[in-house]
Amino acid sequence: MEINNAGATSGSSKRTLWKVIGASSLGTLIEWYDFYIFGSLAIIISTKFFPPDNPTAAFLSTLATFAAGFVVRPFGALFFGRLGDIIGRKYTFMVTLLLMGLSTCAIGLVPGYQTIGFVAPVLVLLLRLLQGLALGGEYGGAATYVAEHSEPDKRGYRTSWIQTTATVGLFISLAVIMLTKSSMSAEAFDDWGWRVPFLISAAMVVVSYFIRRNMDESPLFKKAKSEGKTSSNPLKESFGNKFNFKFVLLALFGATMGQGVIWYTGQFYALSFLQNVCHVDFDQTNFIIGTALLGGTGFFVFFGWLSDKIGRKPVMLAGMLLAILTYRPIYDQMYKLTDVTAKQELVDQQREEENAIIKVYHDGSTSTWVREGAVTKQTVHVGGEGFSLLALLVFIQVLYVTMVYGPIAAFLVEMFPVRIRYTSMSLPYHVGNGIFGGLLPAVATYLVSKAQVANAAAESAATMPYGKPHLEGLWYPILIGGVSFIIGLLYLKNRNQNVQ
Amino acid sequence: MNTIKRVLGIVWILLGLAAGYYLIISQAIPQFTSGKSEDLVPALIYTFILMPIITGGLCIFGWYALRGEYDGI
Repeated sequence: MEINNAGATSGSSKRTLWKVIGASSLGTLIEWYDFYIFGSLAIIISTKFFPPDNPTAAFLSTLATFAAGFVVRPFGALFFGRLGDIIGRKYTFMVTLLLMGLSTCAIGLVPGYQTIGFVAPVLVLLLRLLQGLALGGEYGGAATYVAEHSEPDKRGYRTSWIQTTATVGLFISLAVIMLTKSSMSAEAFDDWGWRVPFLISAAMVVVSYFIRRNMDESPLFKKAKSEGKTSSNPLKESFGNKFNFKFVLLALFGATMGQGVIWYTGQFYALSFLQNVCHVDFDQTNFIIGTALLGGTGFFVFFGWLSDKIGRKPVMLAGMLLAILTYRPIYDQMYKLTDVTAKQELVDQQREEENAIIKVYHDGSTSTWVREGAVTKQTVHVGGEGFSLLALLVFIQVLYVTMVYGPIAAFLVEMFPVRIRYTSMSLPYHVGNGIFGGLLPAVATYLVSKAQVANAAAESAATMPYGKPHLEGLWYPILIGGVSFIIGLLYLKNRNQNVQ
Repeated sequence: MNTIKRVLGIVWILLGLAAGYYLIISQAIPQFTSGKSEDLVPALIYTFILMPIITGGLCIFGWYALRGEYDGI
């Protein structure tokens, strides 16, 4: 294994370095923005392209959601990782940026199912797959590019800026959608306005492309290429060579698998839990998550910096352990704060509006019960201290995310040598995040609903099989995170040797 | 420490096999045979994506650990 402590940035001035970080982060942020707007607008997209009464279209819709969300990303990692190790980091992540931008913009231009029939959902599915491929190639390129420009002792701090982009990208996607919505009528947004966030991506990508175009290739890759030390077959060398492959497996099971489930729990399952299990209203849920994300974003940089001082392993494993130990009490508390059956109702303030009953509680919370046919839907608006406490509980989860995710780029980069770095680090990252993490909301929701159904079928409260069915979904991140923690604790080194 | 790493290799292999059994027998087969179109995608994902990664990956990882490939790193 090559050990080279020479500063990677011997030729890179501080100004150049910040340009590198800025250009890389901006591009990655745009990729995340592009990826998230599809998810954020999924409901409206499904009505335009995937009519629910048509089973084939519904199948394509599920495929678009799942396949592009996590299955395709590792393939993108392999395809673009290989290119990045052969022709260079810079050109490869410019291709992924353009591919993502063009696919996103094209989704905004595809005519609806009503206009062109089945071609519409097929086109959207293909474009979504291209988005997933592009995302799979982007992250490894940006992380490698920044890390290879950085001083070895500041690599955690420098690459942590890349780590903030997933959160900021989600934020911007929600902001653009909300701004577009507020600038037009609901009918106009439903008719054509939803296409605007997709089309805006084109302008963002053009700006980012021109910024990235003027950047130099990674100094380490250039050096390796000039010395003829690049790999001619990075896939074979990464996964066909036992020495490297064992590190790929270690990176996956000892780090990215646990990191992926912690990330998705804090950032996505918290939102799903508040909306679907606690029935907190849509605006309040988004506000809570938005506040927690905004408050937590700076900590990606802090924990990246800290990992330069004390090592990547203690920071990441501490985040995993804290999450595993505290998820159940945190989610139980979130549930209690929103459980109106345990709150004291102000009966004299109860009122009826059209087909809804609104109840008011002593702590300032309200619940709305809407009758929709035979079903009554409940929405809770948490008042008083409960709201601040909920935001704090989500913020704590985001802190765990920043602990495990802040140092991961530097950790992965240092695990593999320059010649196969892009390929080798991209695959475990996207399997850990895309597959183990991406599955989390679906698996956790399934476990909760299974427990609720089992309890509902019980003859009495005493015979209910689950004491706290709302917490059942957490077994997925706790088990996966637990296995990853043990493997990481026993098998990972605190400092990897590929500091080059 | 190296002995613990090696012995745990057996645990990872068994864990991989148990996960594979659960994914195929408890999840994928009932969904393949349910006749519902919405069950097809998860069943395909369990069989062709998750099972190879978890079972294959953990078994190889465990085998490497058992053989001492991770000793001293």
